[in-house]
Amino acid sequence: MIVLTPLRQFQFPVMAECINLDVFQGKSVAEIAALEVWEGNRKKKLGDLFKIKQDPAETPNITLNGDNSEVRRVGMGMKNGEVVVNGNVGMHLGEKMSGGKITVQGDAAGWAGAGMKGGLIEIMGNAGDYLASPYRGSSVGMSNGKIIVHGDVGSDVAVFMKGGVIKVHGNAGPFLGFRMHGGTVHIEKNIGNRAGACMTGGKIVVSGFLEEMMPTFTIDSVKASVKIDEDEKAAGPFYVFLGDLAETGNGKLYVSKVANPHLSQYERFL
Amino acid sequence: MELLIKNGFVYDPINGINGEKMDIAIKNRKIVESVHEQRAKKIDASGLTVFPGGVDIHCHIAGAEVNTGRLMRPEDHIKDVVRKTAITRSGVGYSVPSTFTTGYRYSRMGYTTIMNPSMPPLEAKHTHEELNDTPMLDKASYPLLGDWWFVLEYLQKGDLTECARYVAWMMGTAKGYAIKIVNPGGLESWGFGRNVHSIDDQVPNFDITPREIMCGLAKVNKMLNLPHTIHLHTNNLGLPGNYVTTLDTMRALESVATDDKPVAHITHLQFSSFAGDDWATMRSGAEEIAKYINAHRHMTFDMGQVIFTDTTTMTADGPFEYTLYQLSGHKWVNSDVETETSGGIIPFHYKRNNAVNATQWSIALELALLVDDPWKMFMTTDHPNGGPFTSYPKIIAWLISKKARMATLKKCHKKARRNSLLPSIKRELSLYDLAIVTRAGQAKALGLKNKGHLGVGADADVAIYNVNPEKIDIARKYKTARRAFSDAAYTIKDGKVAVKDGEILQHVDGRTIWLDVQTAEQVKVDEEMKRRFKEYWTVEYENYPVTDHYLKVSDPRTIKADV
Repeated sequence: MIVLTPLRQFQFPVMAECINLDVFQGKSVAEIAALEVWEGNRKKKLGDLFKIKQDPAETPNITLNGDNSEVRRVGMGMKNGEVVVNGNVGMHLGEKMSGGKITVQGDAAGWAGAGMKGGLIEIMGNAGDYLASPYRGSSVGMSNGKIIVHGDVGSDVAVFMKGGVIKVHGNAGPFLGFRMHGGTVHIEKNIGNRAGACMTGGKIVVSGFLEEMMPTFTIDSVKASVKIDEDEKAAGPFYVFLGDLAETGNGKLYVSKVANPHLSQYERFL
Repeated sequence: MELLIKNGFVYDPINGINGEKMDIAIKNRKIVESVHEQRAKKIDASGLTVFPGGVDIHCHIAGAEVNTGRLMRPEDHIKDVVRKTAITRSGVGYSVPSTFTTGYRYSRMGYTTIMNPSMPPLEAKHTHEELNDTPMLDKASYPLLGDWWFVLEYLQKGDLTECARYVAWMMGTAKGYAIKIVNPGGLESWGFGRNVHSIDDQVPNFDITPREIMCGLAKVNKMLNLPHTIHLHTNNLGLPGNYVTTLDTMRALESVATDDKPVAHITHLQFSSFAGDDWATMRSGAEEIAKYINAHRHMTFDMGQVIFTDTTTMTADGPFEYTLYQLSGHKWVNSDVETETSGGIIPFHYKRNNAVNATQWSIALELALLVDDPWKMFMTTDHPNGGPFTSYPKIIAWLISKKARMATLKKCHKKARRNSLLPSIKRELSLYDLAIVTRAGQAKALGLKNKGHLGVGADADVAIYNVNPEKIDIARKYKTARRAFSDAAYTIKDGKVAVKDGEILQHVDGRTIWLDVQTAEQVKVDEEMKRRFKEYWTVEYENYPVTDHYLKVSDPRTIKADV
């Protein structure tokens, strides 16, 4: 196990895509310390910024201690291994990762799991905006894997998502599942407006309150429960809405019946 | 500054030199007979191939369209970020690179002159500002004149002389180099949400057809003695079955050809050579088109090769971009440039396992190989429409090696593979032919007398590649050739060593070439003209022309017109 601890408080973003088991594997501590990172517009060595220590324990493979909230791209593109962050972490955590596991004990900033292709990200605190969403302009969203967030998430979650599962135990911001076309998102608490805008497929499950239903969604039925993952179900009852009718209308938006009495007016269309 | 390139294998098709071992002497930006042996800086080119600097007849690298393409594709840039060095500036790629990166990347491949097609005259200032920031290259732009109301009005009246005077005025005003015609009549129709579907369709609100626009402007081009011919993007571009329209277009232009000189250049011919009735039955029309081209001498062409990659399509052909949007559902931009032209941009991913895309890939190569005369058919990707210009080494490999073509064809969609003519084509281009399709032929078609060759008096633009024609058989070792053509051993621009081993050594400002066409009677900017400006454009006349101070290094070519 490699343990990384920042040597000081970072004032500028640190681009550290090398913090990744695929890169670390087979390297000695000295070789790892010589890996290249950018701090702001300066090229630095990983050893200049972090104290690097080899720990005899095997798992997890990489541990980050201290304040890493300015450290970006941790585990970017990783294929296997386990990374644990004891504290907060910066943007682009596990971006485009295809395997392995990342656990964050604190909060993660924006674009965590962006364009993820596999593996597991578990965030004990909150996640920022654009969780699992692709970089601005890109239309390649999360395609597989699982993200679990125990706190709240920001806006624009699961944009262009086409597969995989996102489970949020807290609240979510607006524009969740924008242009989504596959996969499942489950929000256990309340959610911002415009959920599922332009969605053409996939499932959004809201167990909490959704103030305003988009006018381009139409009610389909009421269901007692919804399957979230292999061995997980969300207990309802749920109103099932189909949308976005401005597009193909093949997406499904499940909204809790109990938490949303104001949506009962839709029942007359059933 | 004197420079001597010693002992290279020189390929200079314009002067008929085919791989001779000889020296090239350079003095003060020009190629000369000889230089002082001791004083001159020497480049040892023994075992290397010496070509004239590359010339690209058609690549969208600057202007409003390109810049909108840059704006709408952040995801394209993030995967290709270029950091600054002590000599070069930072930038981004990939399919619509920033201006400086464009210059550096072309130069690294040994290119020294490029033509930026499709410049709406209204956007000319912006285009020239971007071209000023594109280093290492000499460049010129073609103003879009095919659907300009002034042209339509005079052609409709049959007043060719008056039309010619206004075109001459526009060349100087927009600082352009050739007449560009895109989907003649179609762009004007697009202003009303319509398109033309054959060369004899009526253009709405004008009593004119695409045939009359093309032939009229081809005649105007001749009257003005412009160095290049009209530069034509055909009607029905990118639609199945359009090879018939292309054949009609070529036949229509026969009437204009009175001597041996070409009268038109059809650009990105691949996009105009589809057979079949719809997308499901779409197949190659290359055989029919090539048969016609081989029997006629009045036109030149370029390929418009498709590369299997994620790229950005951009053209003044607004209705075609709308068709692409309907096919892909991707984000898109569309615009109508007042009384001049239209435009559209949409990202596009060409895929091997897509029957249509793979057929397109095959069509371009079939055209390039079935047309016997390399002086008629040049190598382009219509950057970035078919793929970024950085893919040129790949196309070179496909052209020089059947093995390379078959290796790619093997991975293509089975329908495209079954219908492709490529397995039956044995032709492999030699280095001499390659020098024609990548520089000499393009320079000749453009009428650039001091480009594309290494004779005395030519501009000192030279590209040296790490290919030893005595040692390697490029058809078999196509991967070595591909590497050699991606990173030139040397690129010499204006007598300065700009690139060595694929690294930029120094920043060289290129020139902007434009035509100063002198007609017997100039267009008068009188009250009547200003009134029409007020009526037709949203800008005042005073803000319209590109004045001389807009060009960083201005290189006007004075042309004496017959009118």
